[in-house]
Amino acid sequence: MSYELPAAFEEFAAGRQSGFLRVKERKEQGGKVAGTFCAFTPVELLDAAGFLAASLCGMSNETIPIAETELPKNICPLVKSSYGFYLSDKCPYTYFADLIVGETTCDAKKKMYEMLGKGKNVYTLHLPQGIKAPYAKEQWISELHRFHDYLEEAFGVTITDDDLRKAAERRNEFRAARARMLNLLSADVPPVSGTELYAFLDGLGFVFDLDEAIKKVNDLADEMSKHVSDKVTPGGKRILVTGCPIGGVYKKAVGAIEANGANVVCYENCGGIKPLRNSVDLSNPDIYDALAEYYLHIGCSVMTPNEERLKMYPELFKEFKVDAVLDLDLQACHTYIIEGYTIKQLCKDYGVPYMQLETDYSEADAGQISTRIAAFLETLED
Amino acid sequence: MEKYSIGIDIGSTSAKTVVVDENKRIIFTDLQPTGWSSIETAEGIRKLLAEKGFDPAGAAKVIATGYGRISVPYATKTVTEISCHGKGAVQLFGKNNLTVIDIGGQDTKVISVVDGSVRDFLMNDKCSAGTGRFLEVMANSLGVSLPTLCDMAEQGGGVKISSMCTVFAESEVISLIGKGESRENIAYAVVASIIEKVVSQVGRLQGASTNYCLTGGLCDMEYIRASLEKALGFPVVTCPDARFAGALGAAIR
Ligand code: SF4
Ligand code: SF4
Repeated sequence: MSYELPAAFEEFAAGRQSGFLRVKERKEQGGKVAGTFCAFTPVELLDAAGFLAASLCGMSNETIPIAETELPKNICPLVKSSYGFYLSDKCPYTYFADLIVGETTCDAKKKMYEMLGKGKNVYTLHLPQGIKAPYAKEQWISELHRFHDYLEEAFGVTITDDDLRKAAERRNEFRAARARMLNLLSADVPPVSGTELYAFLDGLGFVFDLDEAIKKVNDLADEMSKHVSDKVTPGGKRILVTGCPIGGVYKKAVGAIEANGANVVCYENCGGIKPLRNSVDLSNPDIYDALAEYYLHIGCSVMTPNEERLKMYPELFKEFKVDAVLDLDLQACHTYIIEGYTIKQLCKDYGVPYMQLETDYSEADAGQISTRIAAFLETLED
Repeated sequence: MEKYSIGIDIGSTSAKTVVVDENKRIIFTDLQPTGWSSIETAEGIRKLLAEKGFDPAGAAKVIATGYGRISVPYATKTVTEISCHGKGAVQLFGKNNLTVIDIGGQDTKVISVVDGSVRDFLMNDKCSAGTGRFLEVMANSLGVSLPTLCDMAEQGGGVKISSMCTVFAESEVISLIGKGESRENIAYAVVASIIEKVVSQVGRLQGASTNYCLTGGLCDMEYIRASLEKALGFPVVTCPDARFAGALGAAIR
């Protein structure tokens, strides 16, 4: 019997489109909107300052041509697409944003923030490039304080430590709820396909009422865990997808995995499980210290070394019963593409087949991507 | 009549068909240009097979591969060219551990076969650098055919093309012609550039065997085989049927 996903699931999955109306409404009532780009964005500060936070990561090929009038062709499509949305005024969230928050992560983004700053109000936090240096945490803590001071001054708000602590508590709950949804894929036959779940995760970037969302997402996880999806191939190879943010390419790649009888059972990316393995330690008396600890331990390849990412795999392999790893990287994302070699070696050590694919938002390589994925899956069957 | 199986490899430039008997022996082969419509090509192949007594309808199985594999409506299954080239090479060369180099029209593949199964593979990117198309375009710029290009290359030396991109390399070739560089030397540089690209791809395959074989459309270009051998430092084998490796692999899967 076929299982139909609950209406609430579909509502979240459509969040990117429907969120626009909610943002517009809140804007008209005097609300403030912040645009974010990254898992390192300390959203707790934005929550505590009363902002609605929306993800501005560009996922569409449509705005790339206009972006290329100012940006070089051979850089990451996510950066080009995001910038193109700004240039063309096609993204309502970018358009409505009272503030855009950036971090010093990869070079392409850093430089794009400078360019965005010419037309928008951009604040860039200086993220340390690793956690090993003794001053790394100090730096990030002082960056969080600096951001706090900026928000208070620029927007005439007061953010107490207590406000921040409450925000962190809520964000912890939201992260836990998201993790529960991702964990649904660990079932032998999950209640949802990888493609469907990614659309849902994407929609969570446009949640503006956290309390309500936490409840709804938890209810969904409870309800869905009792079912199995008929969009999942029972017994199909279990694939872990890792690498760059894939909002702009998952339909092409995950679609090809599913069309060839395999299932995605884990998303390791920052839109997936990467930032959800830890939470902000609320027993820490210094909330800034607790936030800094949490954020600096996100295993993104912009960090050097990036041991946090490597630590995750053995656990994920077990929890999600992973048969193979697909490293899905965006064109010209140097940190992830280069780190792919390290991941490949790690997979080899664990006897897990690995393949890296580099792609962009165009459909030009759809045939090739599907051939490579099909061939990779065939090697697993042999 | 004995049971036969059919493998059809619809590549970007040519379509290859192989029929094998129950003992996986090749009993029929056909090679034709893919043309502009792989669907029509597939239909033509169906008619041809029926004429020759190998009607797809009566075959034990019909497996389609290659980029046009989805355009063969009478195929019982589709399999990617990667697996097929691996399987086909194992049968053609009688070795279970092989590194297959297939320089195709649109893409170049290097495939590592361990214990008879594909273990790892690499394909070139979207662009045509390092592919048969690259050689074709360069041969055209020099106003010669592909075999002549190879003959000329054998006589040349001393010149290098630095660009891997077909479009840029073509303008490099044109400017070399303008400078009065001999066509032999330019041909040499063209082939050297593709060999360099392929060798670097092979280097990225992990745990690959040094039993190299060349499959695909360039298998009868002795100069290409010999240059690969020289650059890799190990023997590179090929055979006239190597162009059918993909179709054979499909037929015996
Ligand atoms: S991949 Fe890293 S830098 Fe990019 S958005 Fe995710 S966490 Fe941020
Ligand atoms: S995918 Fe890579 S290059 Fe693109 S924005 Fe993220 S870290 Fe930067």
